[in-house]
Amino acid sequence: MSSGVVQVAGEVIANRRAGAYHHLTLVAPGVAELAHPGQFVALAVGGPTSANLLRRCFSIHKVKPSGTYGGTVDVVVAAHGPGTQWLTERSAHDPVDVVGPLGRPFPLPAEPVPCVLVGGGYGSAPLFWLAEELRARGCHVEMVLGAASEDRLFGVVEARRTADGVTVTTDDGSAGRRGWVSDVLGEVVDRSGAGVVYACGPMGMLRSVTEVADAHGAVAQVAVEESMACGIGVCMTCVMPVRGNDGETRMVRSCVEGPVFRGDRVRWDAIGGGITRVPDDAVGAPRAGGH
Amino acid sequence: MVDMTTTLAGTTLPNPVMTASGCAANGKELHRFFPVSELGAFVTKTVMRDPRSGRPTPRMAETPSGMLNSIGLQGPGIDAFCENDLPWLAEQGARVLVSVAGNTAEEFGEVVQRLVASPAWSCVVGVEANISCPNVANRGLVFACDPVSSERVVQIVRTRVPEGVPVFAKLTPDVTDIVAIADAALRAGADGLTMINTLLGIVVDTDLLRPQLAGVTGGLSGPAVRPVAVRAVWQVVGAMRAGTIPTAPVIGVGGVRTGKDALELVAVGASAVQVGTATFNDPSAPRRVLTELEAEVARHGFTRFTDAVGVAHERMVRL
Repeated sequence: MSSGVVQVAGEVIANRRAGAYHHLTLVAPGVAELAHPGQFVALAVGGPTSANLLRRCFSIHKVKPSGTYGGTVDVVVAAHGPGTQWLTERSAHDPVDVVGPLGRPFPLPAEPVPCVLVGGGYGSAPLFWLAEELRARGCHVEMVLGAASEDRLFGVVEARRTADGVTVTTDDGSAGRRGWVSDVLGEVVDRSGAGVVYACGPMGMLRSVTEVADAHGAVAQVAVEESMACGIGVCMTCVMPVRGNDGETRMVRSCVEGPVFRGDRVRWDAIGGGITRVPDDAVGAPRAGGH
Repeated sequence: MVDMTTTLAGTTLPNPVMTASGCAANGKELHRFFPVSELGAFVTKTVMRDPRSGRPTPRMAETPSGMLNSIGLQGPGIDAFCENDLPWLAEQGARVLVSVAGNTAEEFGEVVQRLVASPAWSCVVGVEANISCPNVANRGLVFACDPVSSERVVQIVRTRVPEGVPVFAKLTPDVTDIVAIADAALRAGADGLTMINTLLGIVVDTDLLRPQLAGVTGGLSGPAVRPVAVRAVWQVVGAMRAGTIPTAPVIGVGGVRTGKDALELVAVGASAVQVGTATFNDPSAPRRVLTELEAEVARHGFTRFTDAVGVAHERMVRL
């Protein structure tokens, strides 16, 4: 079936530390050929009798269509629960069931416009591959990487190799400028004359990136990190309020309609405090009393 | 070679394995992994009259061998369903069991009326009345907690669905006596029962010390609830066999992940089995369970699937 997605019995071929994260390379035949930057894979954790049923979704860091072992997919994992812990404990040749590629990729500009790529923590994972594709189209690419502290940055060395300019920020000043990515983004956009800002990271950061991009005349394309149960569009847990072309707000699945959205379409006013509300003007919003 | 056909209140299906409502969207997503026409039936996400946004997020919490969900019956409404989803399923050659719900008994009737008028109606092999979704603001709306409410909904749905197309009432195990609810639904005209819907639960976020779901409560599903489903089917089918309630086909659902799991429900009397939460873990699960169930039935020496239905009631050890 030509469906743009495959489910394959994958195999770990490398698992290495990268600061606070683990960088896994999986043999997953068929995924690489179909994948584009911004898409993600959904990994099953714990084996076939696992008590952790829900898939863990990771944006694709890079792909190799063919190699010694067949096509590979790289992901970056932060161990913060039993599922991600299990993944970071995998060694070479351990099996991992892979579904992917999933979701909509970053849209690429038709013209070679300058772009800024912003990554928060390991949210930077998909941006290096994106940077290569943009530069291949003649775009000038700047990267802004931020994290709480130096060990939570991902890919600074790689960024210096792939981008035309790199700015680093940390909350505690342990690397680069002290502060947030949004503190430096405006000047980077202005200096490079960027028309598009691509970003991936936590919700609060994506909101700030959208505001700064707006204020400096650029379009923000943001990849969200919503928690998902299935990753393939059947569970309806990863929804968020997004305005469509018709101006109407709907609760859309970030795994299918996203994970990349135009930042100015996301209803940031409904998101905060760990909860995403259904805006009153959303299609089918509950009447008084809720549903 | 096992004959896997099963007959549910006059409707014969090529095999007994189905998706479970709310665990497979309306088919397009899973069709990327296996042809939906290979299932005995495709069970749709519950459709209501009007478009519905569903609840705020977080809507989901992982639990041991299961999950809690609080989607809140998000959906496009019956008109969009008839225009987009049902014709697509018909085109694929799927046999469709349409799950319907309403805020009131009369609204169930309106949904069914519009469904029956759909040009794609001919692919519908049954209607499943979801009278047991726990994710509604007023738990009083869980019709299946009360025999009188169950009766009213089932009566209305039964009158609006044409003769020859069976109506199934989906029941919740969150009641004192599920046999009494089953009895009420069957006496009101249900041709069969689907058991079970999710169980109401709460998970607390131990960092924030507040309920993890924005909607506070959610429905528990997954292998963790399978023994509850097996028990519910056992009790209701037991009452049918004892002649205390009318006899009708039962569709078993709850925590099926493998063919062996499906066989448990079949052995206690389910004539068909739905695969729900396992689909989130493995998008191929419904199709895989069919292959595994066929092998299980063969392993026990049955040549027909139907010979395995309810067999556990005959194999009790006398104490």
